[in-house]
Order: sequence, then structure tokens, then C-alpha cells
Amino acid sequence: MSEGLFSKKNIGLLAGPIGSNNPITVQVLGICSALAVTAQLKPAFVMALSVTVVVAFGNVIISLLRNTIPNRIRIIVQLVVIAALVIIVDQFLKAFVYDVSKQLSVFVGLIITNCILMGRLEAFALGNKPWPSFLDGIGNGAGYGLILIIIAFFRELLGSGTLWGFRIIPESWYIANGGFYSNNGMMILPPMALITVGVIIWVQRSRNSKLQEK
Amino acid sequence: MENLLNLFVKSVFIENMVFAYFLGMCSFLAVSKSVKTATGLGLAVIFVQVITLPVNYLLENYLLKEGALKWLGAGYETVDLSFLSFIMFIAVIASMVQLVEMVVEKFAPVLYNQLGIFLPLIAVNCAILGGSLFMQQKAFHTLGEATVYGFGSGFGWFLAIISIAAIREKIQYSQIPAPLRGLGITFIITGLMGLAFMGFMGIKL
Repeated sequence: MSEGLFSKKNIGLLAGPIGSNNPITVQVLGICSALAVTAQLKPAFVMALSVTVVVAFGNVIISLLRNTIPNRIRIIVQLVVIAALVIIVDQFLKAFVYDVSKQLSVFVGLIITNCILMGRLEAFALGNKPWPSFLDGIGNGAGYGLILIIIAFFRELLGSGTLWGFRIIPESWYIANGGFYSNNGMMILPPMALITVGVIIWVQRSRNSKLQEK
Repeated sequence: MENLLNLFVKSVFIENMVFAYFLGMCSFLAVSKSVKTATGLGLAVIFVQVITLPVNYLLENYLLKEGALKWLGAGYETVDLSFLSFIMFIAVIASMVQLVEMVVEKFAPVLYNQLGIFLPLIAVNCAILGGSLFMQQKAFHTLGEATVYGFGSGFGWFLAIISIAAIREKIQYSQIPAPLRGLGITFIITGLMGLAFMGFMGIKL
């Protein structure tokens, strides 16, 4: 062990995916489940946390096994490791936050096929030591979570006038109560999540011109 | 019969995998640059979906669900193995994908080369696992219903990917602001198509 646990390179592993190498907006991974759970902040936050846990520990396990897995069957081995972790997370959510687990429905199970997991296991954990793999997992989970929370923030605020279930826009503003305001019902609908991601990508790429496509 | 037809139309249009549930987005965005590859991948998805859904349906009803094991004898009536369903479903899907890969490599090598990395990635295409999980949630009554749902959801995905591929081929000639080019505009187009597909929601079947 020549370098410290928090050397510059390791910090880069942690910070990179949150910004310029974000899994959703740059690597285009894990969009599947990202969009469906973002109509409100709470499920989005739970989802982000679950994915972070699964990526981090999946990375560590695969990284520990990386010299013993035969190359031909590695995809199945990876899927089994991920599926086992997801089952643990699913049972945990059912036991402690049952209402959120009901809201997330099949999307907890779909963490298994979340491309972030396979992508990171293939691209990173198979070739690196456990500690950097753990940091890479946490970083990617956090980058994914950040985008999820940004999307959910705007969708819940504009769509329902609440944040985390608490009312932000006062009741008296609504037209029904003699005010001038009404919720934008479209923000709750699935397609607006896609358009919100499109706008986030637009903002990120216009600030960082290296990411632009020809 | 009418029931099955309704289910088919519902799974293709009203509950479209891509536009209503965002499933299979990763390969949807990555392989939709040309209509030809998109068609190949779409067909492969239909094929895998039609095979895996009935198999998973049988697994669910004779192995995993609470009381599903009662054919083994009276003592097994209360056994509930449903927490194992993720791992069983994904194992079935992964082995089916391996099978499809071998068939395509043997009989359509050109398509095999074009699809490249994305064929093994069907195993982690959320639309496939999603189909099985929705099947579990909807609790279909017959094997026929499960098969039709598999075909319908696969077909809906196929329809979605060829239409976005056609649009992306066209917009290559448009003037799009540089930061929005490529990924950004594809997201926005998908969103708009999703809005259009919401029009089907009013149909009661």
C-alpha cells in the first residue's frame, strides 16, 4: 500500500462521477429507473440510496472475486451478486419503509438491470482493488442520486406544490381558494421527466463544452 | 379471444414499455442511431420477451408464489418463495439471451456484428425483467395471457425504437444548439413522443 486511503486519485474517483463523468448525463447509464421514481422527492431519495448501496457493495464483492471469475461466465456471476444484494435491499425497504416500497413497486427489482451496476462492474471493479472500487461505487451512486434529486425537486415543486410531502406553495394561492396559482399537472406525468433530463444535459454541456457532441 | 386482443393493444400502446414506464432506456438511447440496427435489436427483444415471459409465468405459479408448491404435497401449502423471484427471473433471462446470441451468431453473422455489445446487454435490458415483474404484479390467469403480454410489450418496445431511430436519422441534418446535440435532443424528443403516447390513455379496454 503505497498511497493513502484518501489520496488525490481516490478523491477523483469519488468526485468525478458527481460532476464531469456523471453516470446519467454523460455515461448514459441507469436512465431506466431514474425517471419513473422522480415524481416526488421521497421515493427518489430512497431509490438513490438503494442504488448507491448496491453499486458500492457490488463493486467491492466483484473486485474481491475479480481474479477467480472465469471470463466467459462473468455476466451471470455479476447478475447473481447484484440480484442477491437487491433482494436484501428490497426486504429491508419492505420491513422499514413499507409505503415507499409500495410506491417504488417493480422499480426496486429493476435495480438489478440498472445499467449503472453492470457498467461499473464491467468497467471498473473487474480491474481494480476493493477500496478504489468502493469509492467508485459511492461516487457513481451519488452522481446518480444528485440527478434524481434535482429532477424530483422540480417535478414535485412544480407538479404538486410540495417538497418531501410538505406544502411549499400556500393553499391560499390556489384558484380553488380564490388565488391565482394552479399546479402544472404535466410535471407529474412521465414524459416531463425526460424533458427535464434533456434540459439538465443542456445546462451541463453548455457550461462544459468538452462534453458536447459533434 | 377478445380479452387477449385487448391485452395486446393495451400492452403495445397504453402501457408502452418505453413511453409509459421508461424501461429499456439505455439500449433505446444507445442503439437508435440507425433504423437498421434498431430493427435488429427490436426483433431480438420481442423474441426474448416471448420466450422468457411464459417460462417465468410457470416458475411464478408453480414454484415461487405463496401456495404454489402445493403440488408437492399438503405440507408445502404455506411455503412462500416469492423473495427469490428476482434471482430466478434474471437467471432465466440471462440464459435465454445466451441462447438468442448463439442463434443469431450462427444464422445472421452480419446482424451479430452490428449489434455487437448490445446483444449480451439485452440481459440487462430493463424492459425484459420489467415485463416479468409486471407479469408477477398483474397476476395473469392463463399462460396464454402471459405470452400475449410478452409479445405485446416486446412489440411496443420495437415500435418505439424504430420510430426514434427514424427521427434521429432525419435530425442529423438539422441545426441544433451545440450543447443539446446528440443525447440532449434525443431525451427531449422521447419526452415529446411520450406525451403523444399519453393520448392513448383515454382508451378504456
